[in-house]
Amino acid sequence: MGLWSAYRLRVRRRARLFRAFRRRRELAVVANRTGRIGKDDILLFSTLRDEHVRLPYFLEYYRELGVDHFLIVDNDSTDGGREYLAGQEDVSLWTTRASYKRARYGVDWLNWLQRRHGHGHWCLTVDPDEFFIYPFCDTRNLRALTDWLDISEIRSFGAMLLDMYPKGRIDAAAYQSGQNPLEIANWFDSGNYTILKNPQLRNLWIQGGPRARCFFPRNPAMAPALNKIPLVKWHRSFAYVSSTHALLPRGLNLVYDEWGGEKASGMLLHAKFLNTFPEKAREELRRRQHFAGSREYKAYGEHLQEDPRLWCQWSEKYINWRQLEILGLMSKGNWA
Amino acid sequence: MSVGFIMLVHQSLERAAQVSGHWAGHGCPVAIHVDKRVRREEFEALKAKLADFGNVRFSDRFACEWGRFSIVEATLAVSERLLADFPEVGHIYVASGSCLPLRPVEDLRRYLEARSETDFIESVTTDDVHWTVGGLDRERFTLRFPFSWKRQRYLFDKHVELQRRIGFSRAIPDGLEPHLGSQWWCLTRATLSAILEDPRRPDHDGYFRRVWIPDESYFQTLARRHSKRIESRSLTLSKFDYQGKPHIFYDDHLPLLRRSDGFVARKIWPQAEGLYSAFLKADNAARPEVEPMPQKIDRIFTKAVELRTRGRPGLYMQSRFPNHDHENGKSCAAYSVFQGFGDVFEDFQTWLQKRTGSRIHGHLFDKGRVRFAGDETIFNGALSDSAKLRDYSPRDFLTNLIWNTQGERQCFFFGPDDGQGIAAFLASDQNAHISVIAGAWAVPLFHSGMEFPRVRKIAARRQRIEAQFLDLLRQPHTRARVRVWSLADFVEDPGEILQSVMDEMMPVMQRRLTEVPKLVDMTGFGQFLQDLKNEGMRPYLVGDFPADGRNEMAPPDRKAPSLGVVK
Repeated sequence: MGLWSAYRLRVRRRARLFRAFRRRRELAVVANRTGRIGKDDILLFSTLRDEHVRLPYFLEYYRELGVDHFLIVDNDSTDGGREYLAGQEDVSLWTTRASYKRARYGVDWLNWLQRRHGHGHWCLTVDPDEFFIYPFCDTRNLRALTDWLDISEIRSFGAMLLDMYPKGRIDAAAYQSGQNPLEIANWFDSGNYTILKNPQLRNLWIQGGPRARCFFPRNPAMAPALNKIPLVKWHRSFAYVSSTHALLPRGLNLVYDEWGGEKASGMLLHAKFLNTFPEKAREELRRRQHFAGSREYKAYGEHLQEDPRLWCQWSEKYINWRQLEILGLMSKGNWA
Repeated sequence: MSVGFIMLVHQSLERAAQVSGHWAGHGCPVAIHVDKRVRREEFEALKAKLADFGNVRFSDRFACEWGRFSIVEATLAVSERLLADFPEVGHIYVASGSCLPLRPVEDLRRYLEARSETDFIESVTTDDVHWTVGGLDRERFTLRFPFSWKRQRYLFDKHVELQRRIGFSRAIPDGLEPHLGSQWWCLTRATLSAILEDPRRPDHDGYFRRVWIPDESYFQTLARRHSKRIESRSLTLSKFDYQGKPHIFYDDHLPLLRRSDGFVARKIWPQAEGLYSAFLKADNAARPEVEPMPQKIDRIFTKAVELRTRGRPGLYMQSRFPNHDHENGKSCAAYSVFQGFGDVFEDFQTWLQKRTGSRIHGHLFDKGRVRFAGDETIFNGALSDSAKLRDYSPRDFLTNLIWNTQGERQCFFFGPDDGQGIAAFLASDQNAHISVIAGAWAVPLFHSGMEFPRVRKIAARRQRIEAQFLDLLRQPHTRARVRVWSLADFVEDPGEILQSVMDEMMPVMQRRLTEVPKLVDMTGFGQFLQDLKNEGMRPYLVGDFPADGRNEMAPPDRKAPSLGVVK
């Protein structure tokens, strides 16, 4: 990397951090329990809106996994989710009515909280419909993973987004609060992903899966990105660039091996496509607060209106992480 | 005689207390070295926990840095302490705070009693090691290392480079032949005392003080000088990964550790409660005669390192995205590409399917849509037949297809009318078995009945594209297995050519072809070619196809009489 491009990336990173700094005023404290965060605690960051129905299972899942403290930005929920979160002892909660879009889809807010509270901690950044799995997650908790990453001197850990969907109509079964959404949405596409490399930030750009297959068959370049780097040993100088797809400094984006080997990686099981989805899509389309004029939601609207199915005869039914490892979607790397 | 333990501790002191308490409680003296950088309160807490044991000692504390002599110094100090205070100790076993005994102490004691003069220390000459960090083996002993490998890597590397360039070399003291090995050894009292009381010890210490990673060479080298009998292996199960970091054991390794029959394992994850409670239980049955079998554990760690360094060939995914030509296999299995065969045989696809049992696709790269076998709209791995999705990344499409169908040979047709975006990849992939009948695209044109100017135009375009493809296949860096026949050559002996294609596809199939698919009718084809030439186009890829009709393609049963062609 030349000095000039190094300098430009540095400027870009500083600009991110400055944006985050400016937007900190948009966040109003609802419950600040960050004083309880211990020295080695694993933190989870999330921003959400009207996800009350998902929250009980979401918190349960990540507590079980080994998250010690949740830092959540509520973007003007009206469904009671804010009050619910405020009552949880391991949650610190901020709220804002400001524009999600102008805060770079929430990244600015979280960058600020990560800078403030994440320094020196392993930080997991996920949405309420994303469920993190990693090699051996059925027998080793998150601490085992982060300890191993520490010993191996790895600062960031990749986990591709895997869109999960039910067999049949996505609105056939009604999701109940507290239920594991993966009981309903337990199918996925196993082998139709495309990968490009972003030469500037060096992150991979992965697309494909049911959304590319069903919503963007004529316009695959528009299909949403599935590459994510949700787990990072945070330093106050780090910043997410767009969602959790890429970070600066860009060395953090090298979660893949370039010489033929495999690095260890996980998955984010994306339980977005439940019966709650069509309503959500209509709402988001109305608010126009999502990426690129919410084109994703437009495409969903068009396709799901007629026939809300993503399942096909070659869909794979989810069993466990080992299955995903064998299918080549994730890897144990040298963790044994 | 009994066995005594030396324990080097720098973290997870509770676990260290638990394990050393276990040994001490079973009558084995333990001498502990605690790194100087451990906080005083923690050290005092450890001392307090072990205060009830009369056979536990603590040595002077050194600040140990990885790769430095301080670790050897600590080991020497703690060894002296153990030998001085416990004269009954016959073997001295080095362990760390993250070691865990896998078998009852009684097993180890009796095992060592039966081998009272044997030193268990991995000790290998520098010519025979391949696992050293940073590629330094012999040079560990002949260069100087004033800079820290961990903290001053740049200076470390540059300094090594400089010494190499100017040819600097330290003299190795007389009588020492450098050996390397695991630092988790078990020496006899006699050998260890001899090392400690060696009259030349000041020389040795002075020399090793400047050797890199001396904890892997000090005792390993000096044991060679004093030992009566060396078994060059460690009694501790400890595997290192490709970065030189020890693999870690978790609860889910319990069955594996049990089956290994090792005496001690490291490193154990401090929170692996399941392992600690299972192996420190009092009622583990003694089986002193059983030999340790570390190979079972070695295998899984070797596989892990291989996955990390070599990966799965033909896989492209979120954590494996090899640079160009570092793929170690561009696709994961062999597949066949047929160009022109569909044009000269009637229903070649069905015939090949029946004949081989492989998956025979149509033109996968057809510009309209993907022609999967059976004309499916969706295929293994949920691959879509959308041409746009495929053309967004043709390479991913193909490598996905091959990956998704492992265990079943894939074949597909290719031709000048297909998207050529995949051509360069096909040429570069050693798994691609490409068979081309050049110029075969002229046959359907001959049958098309289209008006001649149009035919001429299409022929020219197809020939140009096919010529480019053939050029690509003839490049020196082409790795695909390529066979090309001109149409003229092909019609000379189609049976033989088909036989050779089949032989390559299925090398285990011994039977000769007894039937070939029906060739399309080529009567008048020579004249058709002549007409093209008369119009000013030269169909050179077709080969030397006589125009006068004399040598024109004869009916197939005359061409391959030996095969009993079925019409």
